[in-house]
Amino acid sequence: MNEVIKEDQVLDCSGMLCPIPVVKTSKAIKELQSGQILKMIATDPGAPPDMEAWSRQTGNELLRSTTEGDKFIFFLKKK
Amino acid sequence: MSKSDPNAPKRLALIASKGTLDWAYPPFILASAAGAMGWEVGIFFTFFGLTLLKSDLSMQVSPLGNPAMPMKMPFGPEGFQNINWPMPNLLMANVPGFEALATNLMKQTFKNKGVASIEELREMCVDLDVRMIGCQMTMDVFGFKKEEFIPQCEIGGAATFLEYAADAEVQLFV
Repeated sequence: MNEVIKEDQVLDCSGMLCPIPVVKTSKAIKELQSGQILKMIATDPGAPPDMEAWSRQTGNELLRSTTEGDKFIFFLKKK
Repeated sequence: MSKSDPNAPKRLALIASKGTLDWAYPPFILASAAGAMGWEVGIFFTFFGLTLLKSDLSMQVSPLGNPAMPMKMPFGPEGFQNINWPMPNLLMANVPGFEALATNLMKQTFKNKGVASIEELREMCVDLDVRMIGCQMTMDVFGFKKEEFIPQCEIGGAATFLEYAADAEVQLFV
Protein backbone atom coordinates (compact mmCIF):
# COMPACT_ATOMS: atom_id res chain seq x y z
CA MET A 1 0.00 0.00 0.00
CA ASN A 2 1.24 3.49 -0.80
CA GLU A 3 1.76 6.15 1.81
CA VAL A 4 -1.29 8.05 3.00
CA ILE A 5 -2.10 11.25 1.11
CA LYS A 6 -3.74 13.93 3.22
CA GLU A 7 -6.33 15.86 1.25
CA ASP A 8 -7.34 19.47 1.91
CA GLN A 9 -10.75 19.15 0.28
CA VAL A 10 -13.10 16.32 -0.73
CA LEU A 11 -15.42 16.34 -3.73
CA ASP A 12 -17.93 13.53 -4.14
CA CYS A 13 -19.17 13.06 -7.72
CA SER A 14 -20.77 9.66 -7.11
CA GLY A 15 -23.67 8.95 -9.44
CA MET A 16 -22.73 11.71 -11.88
CA LEU A 17 -21.83 11.10 -15.51
CA CYS A 18 -19.59 12.89 -18.00
CA PRO A 19 -18.84 15.79 -18.09
CA ILE A 20 -20.00 16.76 -14.55
CA PRO A 21 -17.10 15.18 -12.57
CA VAL A 22 -14.58 17.08 -14.72
CA VAL A 23 -16.49 20.36 -14.48
CA LYS A 24 -16.97 20.06 -10.70
CA THR A 25 -13.32 19.11 -10.23
CA SER A 26 -12.14 22.18 -12.12
CA LYS A 27 -14.46 24.35 -10.03
CA ALA A 28 -13.26 22.78 -6.78
CA ILE A 29 -9.57 23.09 -7.64
CA LYS A 30 -10.00 26.82 -8.30
CA GLU A 31 -10.96 27.23 -4.63
CA LEU A 32 -7.66 25.70 -3.46
CA GLN A 33 -4.22 27.24 -2.98
CA SER A 34 -1.25 26.06 -5.01
CA GLY A 35 0.09 22.76 -3.60
CA GLN A 36 -3.16 21.83 -1.85
CA ILE A 37 -4.75 18.47 -2.55
CA LEU A 38 -8.25 17.62 -3.72
CA LYS A 39 -9.70 14.15 -3.22
CA MET A 40 -12.35 13.40 -5.83
CA ILE A 41 -14.67 10.40 -5.68
CA ALA A 42 -16.59 9.22 -8.76
CA THR A 43 -18.54 6.17 -9.89
CA ASP A 44 -18.49 6.91 -13.62
CA PRO A 45 -16.22 4.32 -15.30
CA GLY A 46 -15.23 7.07 -17.75
CA ALA A 47 -13.71 9.12 -14.92
CA PRO A 48 -10.21 7.47 -14.74
CA PRO A 49 -9.18 8.21 -18.35
CA ASP A 50 -10.93 11.60 -18.20
CA MET A 51 -9.17 12.67 -15.01
CA GLU A 52 -5.81 11.67 -16.50
CA ALA A 53 -6.53 13.80 -19.57
CA TRP A 54 -7.82 16.66 -17.40
CA SER A 55 -4.64 16.51 -15.31
CA ARG A 56 -2.40 16.59 -18.41
CA GLN A 57 -4.35 19.47 -19.94
CA THR A 58 -4.54 21.63 -16.83
CA GLY A 59 -1.15 20.79 -15.30
CA ASN A 60 -2.72 19.88 -11.96
CA GLU A 61 -0.93 16.72 -10.93
CA LEU A 62 -2.83 13.44 -10.52
CA LEU A 63 -0.99 12.03 -7.51
CA ARG A 64 -2.96 8.83 -7.29
CA SER A 65 -5.88 7.10 -9.00
CA THR A 66 -7.34 4.08 -7.20
CA THR A 67 -10.47 1.93 -7.10
CA GLU A 68 -12.41 1.03 -3.96
CA GLY A 69 -15.35 -1.26 -4.74
CA ASP A 70 -17.42 0.61 -7.33
CA LYS A 71 -15.75 3.94 -6.53
CA PHE A 72 -12.86 5.62 -8.29
CA ILE A 73 -10.73 7.83 -6.07
CA PHE A 74 -8.40 10.55 -7.31
CA PHE A 75 -5.90 12.73 -5.47
CA LEU A 76 -5.15 15.90 -7.39
CA LYS A 77 -2.54 18.48 -6.46
CA LYS A 78 -3.19 22.05 -7.53
CA LYS A 79 -0.32 23.46 -9.57
CA MET B 1 -9.37 38.61 -31.90
CA SER B 2 -6.43 36.54 -33.02
CA LYS B 3 -4.41 34.36 -30.67
CA SER B 4 -1.05 36.11 -30.87
CA ASP B 5 0.17 34.94 -27.48
CA PRO B 6 1.97 31.56 -27.87
CA ASN B 7 1.11 30.74 -24.23
CA ALA B 8 -2.60 31.27 -24.81
CA PRO B 9 -4.83 28.34 -23.80
CA LYS B 10 -6.02 25.81 -26.36
CA ARG B 11 -9.15 26.77 -28.21
CA LEU B 12 -12.24 24.78 -29.22
CA ALA B 13 -14.60 26.09 -31.89
CA LEU B 14 -17.96 24.34 -32.23
CA ILE B 15 -20.87 24.73 -34.59
CA ALA B 16 -24.21 23.63 -33.10
CA SER B 17 -26.60 23.16 -36.01
CA LYS B 18 -29.31 20.93 -34.55
CA GLY B 19 -31.98 21.71 -31.99
CA THR B 20 -33.37 18.34 -30.91
CA LEU B 21 -32.80 17.00 -27.39
CA ASP B 22 -30.40 14.27 -28.53
CA TRP B 23 -28.28 16.69 -30.60
CA ALA B 24 -28.31 19.38 -27.92
CA TYR B 25 -26.00 17.30 -25.73
CA PRO B 26 -22.75 17.00 -27.76
CA PRO B 27 -21.96 20.74 -28.08
CA PHE B 28 -22.70 21.54 -24.43
CA ILE B 29 -20.85 18.46 -23.11
CA LEU B 30 -17.76 19.15 -25.22
CA ALA B 31 -17.84 22.86 -24.42
CA SER B 32 -18.13 22.38 -20.66
CA ALA B 33 -15.45 19.66 -20.60
CA ALA B 34 -13.06 21.84 -22.62
CA GLY B 35 -13.81 24.83 -20.40
CA ALA B 36 -13.08 22.67 -17.34
CA MET B 37 -9.67 21.84 -18.87
CA GLY B 38 -8.87 25.52 -19.10
CA TRP B 39 -9.51 25.77 -22.84
CA GLU B 40 -11.11 28.75 -24.49
CA VAL B 41 -14.41 27.73 -26.09
CA GLY B 42 -16.76 29.29 -28.60
CA ILE B 43 -19.99 27.85 -30.01
CA PHE B 44 -21.70 29.15 -33.13
CA PHE B 45 -25.42 28.38 -32.92
CA THR B 46 -26.92 28.24 -36.38
CA PHE B 47 -30.02 26.92 -38.14
CA PHE B 48 -32.02 24.71 -35.73
CA GLY B 49 -29.14 24.84 -33.26
CA LEU B 50 -30.01 28.48 -32.63
CA THR B 51 -33.01 27.36 -30.55
CA LEU B 52 -30.52 26.08 -27.93
CA LEU B 53 -29.87 29.71 -26.98
CA LYS B 54 -33.51 30.37 -26.09
CA SER B 55 -34.14 31.33 -22.47
CA ASP B 56 -36.99 28.81 -22.40
CA LEU B 57 -35.68 25.54 -23.76
CA SER B 58 -38.18 23.07 -25.22
CA MET B 59 -36.16 20.48 -27.10
CA GLN B 60 -37.86 17.31 -28.26
CA VAL B 61 -36.48 14.07 -29.60
CA SER B 62 -38.10 12.12 -32.42
CA PRO B 63 -37.64 8.36 -32.77
CA LEU B 64 -39.25 8.62 -36.21
CA GLY B 65 -36.59 8.26 -38.90
CA ASN B 66 -34.07 7.72 -36.10
CA PRO B 67 -33.74 3.91 -36.28
CA ALA B 68 -30.67 3.63 -34.00
CA MET B 69 -32.46 5.32 -31.09
CA PRO B 70 -33.10 2.82 -28.28
CA MET B 71 -36.62 2.98 -26.87
CA LYS B 72 -36.34 2.07 -23.20
CA MET B 73 -38.49 2.54 -20.14
CA PRO B 74 -37.03 4.59 -17.25
CA PHE B 75 -38.94 2.67 -14.56
CA GLY B 76 -39.50 -0.88 -13.30
CA PRO B 77 -36.98 -3.65 -12.60
CA GLU B 78 -33.58 -3.51 -14.32
CA GLY B 79 -34.41 -6.31 -16.77
CA PHE B 80 -37.53 -4.42 -17.85
CA GLN B 81 -35.58 -1.14 -18.19
CA ASN B 82 -33.06 -2.84 -20.45
CA ILE B 83 -35.66 -4.01 -22.97
CA ASN B 84 -35.37 -2.17 -26.27
CA TRP B 85 -38.98 -1.75 -27.39
CA PRO B 86 -39.59 -2.21 -31.09
CA MET B 87 -41.54 0.80 -32.45
CA PRO B 88 -42.84 0.54 -36.00
CA ASN B 89 -42.65 3.77 -38.03
CA LEU B 90 -46.36 3.49 -38.72
CA LEU B 91 -47.07 3.77 -34.98
CA MET B 92 -44.58 6.59 -34.36
CA ALA B 93 -45.89 8.63 -37.26
CA ASN B 94 -49.57 8.26 -36.40
CA VAL B 95 -49.97 8.29 -32.64
CA PRO B 96 -50.48 11.87 -31.43
CA GLY B 97 -48.09 12.81 -28.66
CA PHE B 98 -45.61 10.07 -29.47
CA GLU B 99 -42.71 12.50 -29.63
CA ALA B 100 -43.68 14.09 -26.34
CA LEU B 101 -43.74 10.61 -24.80
CA ALA B 102 -40.35 9.69 -26.28
CA THR B 103 -38.93 13.03 -25.07
CA ASN B 104 -40.16 12.43 -21.52
CA LEU B 105 -38.81 8.89 -21.49
CA MET B 106 -35.40 10.10 -22.68
CA LYS B 107 -35.25 12.94 -20.13
CA GLN B 108 -36.22 10.56 -17.31
CA THR B 109 -33.69 7.93 -18.39
CA PHE B 110 -30.91 10.53 -18.55
CA LYS B 111 -31.86 11.87 -15.12
CA ASN B 112 -31.93 8.38 -13.60
CA LYS B 113 -28.48 7.63 -14.99
CA GLY B 114 -26.95 10.85 -13.62
CA VAL B 115 -26.66 12.86 -16.84
CA ALA B 116 -27.06 16.63 -16.45
CA SER B 117 -29.98 18.36 -18.17
CA ILE B 118 -29.32 20.68 -21.11
CA GLU B 119 -30.27 23.62 -18.87
CA GLU B 120 -27.62 22.58 -16.32
CA LEU B 121 -24.95 22.00 -18.96
CA ARG B 122 -25.64 25.36 -20.57
CA GLU B 123 -25.40 27.02 -17.15
CA MET B 124 -22.00 25.31 -16.62
CA CYS B 125 -20.88 26.69 -19.99
CA VAL B 126 -21.95 30.20 -18.95
CA ASP B 127 -19.98 29.82 -15.69
CA LEU B 128 -16.93 28.68 -17.68
CA ASP B 129 -17.13 31.78 -19.91
CA VAL B 130 -17.92 29.80 -23.05
CA ARG B 131 -18.47 32.28 -25.86
CA MET B 132 -21.89 31.70 -27.44
CA ILE B 133 -22.60 33.25 -30.81
CA GLY B 134 -26.12 33.20 -32.26
CA CYS B 135 -26.41 33.28 -36.04
CA GLN B 136 -27.92 36.58 -37.26
CA MET B 137 -29.02 35.11 -40.59
CA THR B 138 -30.95 32.30 -38.87
CA MET B 139 -32.62 34.87 -36.61
CA ASP B 140 -33.82 36.78 -39.67
CA VAL B 141 -35.04 33.62 -41.40
CA PHE B 142 -36.99 32.20 -38.45
CA GLY B 143 -38.01 35.51 -36.94
CA PHE B 144 -36.20 35.18 -33.60
CA LYS B 145 -35.38 38.19 -31.45
CA LYS B 146 -32.32 38.69 -29.26
CA GLU B 147 -34.62 39.08 -26.23
CA GLU B 148 -35.68 35.43 -26.62
CA PHE B 149 -32.11 34.27 -26.00
CA ILE B 150 -30.05 34.06 -22.83
CA PRO B 151 -28.37 37.42 -22.13
CA GLN B 152 -24.86 35.89 -22.15
CA CYS B 153 -24.96 35.23 -25.89
CA GLU B 154 -23.79 37.54 -28.64
CA ILE B 155 -25.01 37.76 -32.22
CA GLY B 156 -22.78 37.33 -35.23
CA GLY B 157 -22.35 35.75 -38.61
CA ALA B 158 -20.15 33.28 -40.47
CA ALA B 159 -17.18 35.67 -40.58
CA THR B 160 -17.31 36.19 -36.79
CA PHE B 161 -17.17 32.44 -36.22
CA LEU B 162 -14.53 31.73 -38.86
CA GLU B 163 -12.17 34.34 -37.45
CA TYR B 164 -12.51 32.67 -34.05
CA ALA B 165 -12.20 29.15 -35.50
CA ALA B 166 -9.09 30.02 -37.53
CA ASP B 167 -7.07 30.10 -34.30
CA ALA B 168 -8.67 27.01 -32.74
CA GLU B 169 -6.80 23.74 -32.27
CA VAL B 170 -10.10 21.85 -32.44
CA GLN B 171 -13.04 22.68 -34.69
CA LEU B 172 -16.14 20.54 -34.78
CA PHE B 173 -19.45 20.69 -36.58
CA VAL B 174 -22.34 19.19 -34.64
